[in-house]
This record gives sequence, structure tokens and C-alpha cells, in this order.
Amino acid sequence: MNFLTSVIVSLIAVGAVLVVGTIGGAVPALHPLFGVVIPLLALAVFILGFIWKVLSWAKSPVPFSIATTCGQQKSLPWIKPDKLENPSSKWHVVGRMALEILTFRSLFRNTKMQLDSQGPRIAYGWELWLWVAALAFHYAFLTVVIRHLRFFLEPIPAPIQLLDALDGFLQIGLPGIIISGFVLFGAAGYLLFRRLAVSNVRYISLPADYFPLFLILSIAGTGLIMRYVVHVDIVAIRELTLGLASLHPSVPEGIGIFFFIHLFLVSVLLAYFPFSKLMHLGGIFMSPTRNLRGNSREFHHVNPWNPEVHLHTYEEYEDEFRDRMIEAGLPVDKMPADAADSAEKE
Amino acid sequence: MKIYDLGKVTVGLVIFFLVFTFPLYYNMGKATPPPEPNIQTEAIAAMSEPVCVENTEYMRANHMKLLNEWRTSVVRNSNRAYPAFTGVRYEMSLSNTCMECHSNKEKFCDSCHNYAGVSPYCWECHLQPKEMK
Ligand code: HEC
Ligand code: HEC
Ligand code: HEC
Repeated sequence: MNFLTSVIVSLIAVGAVLVVGTIGGAVPALHPLFGVVIPLLALAVFILGFIWKVLSWAKSPVPFSIATTCGQQKSLPWIKPDKLENPSSKWHVVGRMALEILTFRSLFRNTKMQLDSQGPRIAYGWELWLWVAALAFHYAFLTVVIRHLRFFLEPIPAPIQLLDALDGFLQIGLPGIIISGFVLFGAAGYLLFRRLAVSNVRYISLPADYFPLFLILSIAGTGLIMRYVVHVDIVAIRELTLGLASLHPSVPEGIGIFFFIHLFLVSVLLAYFPFSKLMHLGGIFMSPTRNLRGNSREFHHVNPWNPEVHLHTYEEYEDEFRDRMIEAGLPVDKMPADAADSAEKE
Repeated sequence: MKIYDLGKVTVGLVIFFLVFTFPLYYNMGKATPPPEPNIQTEAIAAMSEPVCVENTEYMRANHMKLLNEWRTSVVRNSNRAYPAFTGVRYEMSLSNTCMECHSNKEKFCDSCHNYAGVSPYCWECHLQPKEMK
């Protein structure tokens, strides 16, 4: 799909979500639907869809070690193996997975290809910004999600309050600036900018890439608006969210319209999640190139569903035709006497 | 169809399920009533019509913004007079104005703040009303 079409299609889709959310917030009669029914349904779709997707992946057999590595595999004792890049034991696999999930090492190795300044030569440069932005984005997102737990837990656990305090340590303005929200918005904005500005990334981008970005930007944007621009009644909102989390739904009056837009965007994100590229949340654990041991030099992996092949080896062939081969003057490996000898031995 | 590594996949999915439904069993389905800020104080009882410096709905969502405006006005512009929506002029002061009327900080400010999980750091410097303690 042409890039402009992709962007426009995604913008229209997110725009439609925004319009629906606005209607849901503007019409009080729709508040129970948009405040309780849709979010709970979205959560159910998210959880069931996630499980379904993971099970569907688990149905694909992975009989061989197909780890992709950039380190020396364990082989002969005098060759030093790279235990984390090419793990041969279970715990090293766990180490590689943990580093991948927590620090995105695959992205750290991101390179870009360009023409050398010295002349028309291809050169590979280290491209760090994707890794930086991805780390910032994911950790900010995690922080934001954990901070939001204060709306869903009663009593609010101390670690969440601590995180809140750390996140707001700048103590600028009132309500105080919380760093993670801005980092989330900024990093998602950079990831969008990169997609649009780098021609080869733009070329491979589809609505499936733009839509989640626009959606997350809108979620972060409405959140920032509610906190810093159009203030909403937090106490009433917590009454609603706590009602959701304790399955005692209640929809108090006086909640701002922006809250319903925000909540509807989040509901759409949750329901869309299992069917989108965002499933890399579960997928990373299921990646055979990451979670398998690099032990193809240590063990002979046999494809378990190989059909049985009936072989007719040269030895058997010669046994069968030896006499006639000798008659025809063809060379044979064993003379008849030797063959009888070895047959006896067996 | 066969599911490979069913044991490991199940462990992963159970963890996933427990993490994402955490609030459901953490709260154990018990409802928590929202706070009811108490306005029974001497200063408010003395008013003929109990009103805040702005209308209640605005105050509820925007009082921190108002406090910020007051602070900026006093500290940066040395302007301490605030005409309330009723026309009454108040001194812009956290301890002397807000806490004069809302001298029951624990039953008023804190009831909401505990519920919402915020703990304004203002009281590290500003005086808290003592009467009701
Ligand atoms: C109706 C409930 C309610 C009452 C009453 C109330 N507050 Fe708040 N206040 C809140 C909520 C909710 C927040 C936090 C909003 C948020 O987390 O974004 C807040 C935030 C604040 C903040 C900003 C804290 C920060 O770090 O961002 C200050 C300052 C504040 N309140 C002062 C007061 C004072 C002083 C009083 C008593 C005179 C008071 N509030 C009474 C609900 C209330
Ligand atoms: C003249 C006395 C007075 C002063 C000064 C005053 N308030 Fe109020 N405030 C009230 C009264 C009375 C109410 C209750 C109004 C009502 O119930 O409709 C109220 C309500 C509120 C509410 C909403 C509570 C709720 O039930 O939702 C907040 C928040 C609040 N005040 C904070 C402040 C802050 C912050 C200041 C200082 C900037 C302040 N007030 C100054 C008298 C005052
Ligand atoms: C580091 C100490 C400190 C902290 C913390 C602090 N303030 Fe202040 N504040 C001051 C000082 C000093 C003044 C100036 C007092 C003056 O000139 O009358 C002031 C003035 C103010 C004023 C105007 C004057 C007055 O009497 O109230 C407001 C309103 C105010 N602060 C609100 C806040 C709020 C709300 C918070 C919490 C979010 C806060 N302050 C936290 C030190 C502090």
C-alpha cells in the first residue's frame, strides 16, 4: 500500500475511534456503555485473544535448533563459546531471553547501510536511535501502566506511590509534571517520525504499523490533556475504575468527556492487541530464534516426522549382484570369499 | 492439533492471566465508597452561605491549578488579592485562606488525597492547621 494511503487510512481509523469516544462521553445515557460494558468486554477480548494467539503459535512444531546467533557455538573444548550470544545450556538461554526482553539487545545491534563519504563504497553504520527510542517508549509505557494501577487497587500499594513520587520528582507546577507521560508521548512521536522520515522504513510501513502508533499517541495525548490542561474529577474517575476492578460497576456523574475518549481509546487498543503486531508482547517469549539452545554442533537433531526412507546401499547392491558383476568384469569391493567371511562374522 | 511444549506454554499463560487480572483478586470484589470531604469547620459554619473561592465543581478538579496560580501570583508578582466568584476578596494564601476555612485538613484534603493516592508535598514548608488535630 502506498505510504500516503496507509497514513490516511490509519488516521481515519483513529479519527473514527476518537469520534465514537467523544459521542460516548457527550451523551450521559451512553456512560454505562462506554464506562463499564465496553472496557470489560475489551479486557475479555484481550485476555482470551492473547491466550488463543499464543496457543495457535504453540501448534507450530519447531523440531530443530534454529537459533539465530552472532556468537561462537559450543563445539570443541579448545574453542571458546559465546555463552550468551549462543547459549548451549538452559540457564544461558534464560539469560539471553532476559537481556532481550529487558534491554532489547537485538535492536541495539541495529545497523544502517549507506554510501561511504570516501567514495561510492557501501558502509554499515551503527544506528542507535531506534534502540534508544524503543527503550524509552517501552519503559515509559510500563511506568504509565503501573502508575495507573492506583485507579484499580484499593488500598494503593506502597510501591506504586513510590513510583509516583519518583516519576514526579521534578515537582514542577501543579499538578506536578510526571516524566513518564512526556517520555511516552515523545518516544512514540519519534518512532512515528522515524517511520515517516527514513525512506526504507516508510517503504515497508503499513496501516498495521501506523494505526497502533496513532492510537498510542492519542491515548498518551488525551492523558496529558486531562492531567495538565482540562482537569477532570479524579475522585469520580477512581470511583468508576475501582468499580470496574471490583466488579461493582458504578458510573458517577461529572466525569469529564476526555476521560471517556481516553477510556475508549484504551478499550480499542486492548481489543485490537491480540490481532496485531503488538502481540510481540507474547511473541518474544515464543521466538524460536531466541528461545532455543544453539546446540546443533553438540547434538544431532533429527526431524521427528521424517518419513522412513527405504535405502538400498551400495553394499547391499553389490551383495545382490556380485556374481554377475564379476562375470561382466566389473570391479567389486569384496570378492565372494571375503563376503561370505564377513557374513559369517555378522 | 498437537500443542507443543504445553507445560511451558501453560505456565506462561497462567502468569499472563494472573498479572492482567491482578486488580480483580487484589480488591476481592469489595466496593470502596468514595470519600466525602467534610466541610464542618468553624469558619465555614460562620458563613451565611457555605461556598468556596470558586464553584465546587471547579474546585474539585482544579484546586491544584488554582493553588499554582496563587503561588505564582504571590511569589512572582507579589499580588495577594484574589477576587472570588462571589465577589469577596481573599488573600491568596494556602495556610491562611484555604486552611482557614478547611481547617480540618485530615477530614477534608487528606480524605480525597488518600483515596486518589496523592500526597502533596506542600506541608514540608507550609503550616498545617493545628486546631483539629
Ligand atoms: C474532592 C477531593 C479533594 C479535596 C477535598 C482536596 N483535594 Fe487536592 N487533590 C485531589 C485530587 C484527586 C488530586 C490529584 C489529582 C491527580 O492525581 O492528578 C489533588 C491534588 C492536589 C494537589 C497537587 C498534588 C500534586 O502533587 O500534583 C494539591 C497541592 C492539592 N490537591 C491541595 C489540596 C488542598 C490544600 C486541599 C484542602 C484544602 C485539597 N487539595 C482538597 C482531590 C481533592
Ligand atoms: C471561605 C471559606 C473557604 C475558603 C477560603 C476555601 N474554601 Fe474550599 N470550600 C469551602 C466550602 C464551604 C466548600 C463546600 C462547597 C459545597 O459543598 O458546595 C468548599 C469546597 C472545596 C472543595 C471541593 C470539595 C468537594 O466536596 O468536592 C475543594 C477541593 C476545596 N474547597 C479546596 C479549597 C482550596 C484548595 C482552597 C484554597 C485555594 C479553598 N478551598 C478555600 C470553603 C472555602
Ligand atoms: C520549599 C518550601 C515550600 C514548599 C515545599 C512549598 N512552598 Fe509554597 N511557598 C513557599 C514560600 C517560601 C512562599 C512565599 C511565602 C510568602 O511570600 O508569603 C510560598 C508561597 C506559596 C503561596 C502563596 C503565599 C501563601 O501564603 O500561601 C502558595 C499559594 C503556595 N506557596 C502554595 C504551595 C503549594 C500548593 C505547595 C505544595 C504543592 C507549596 N506551596 C509547597 C515555600 C514552599
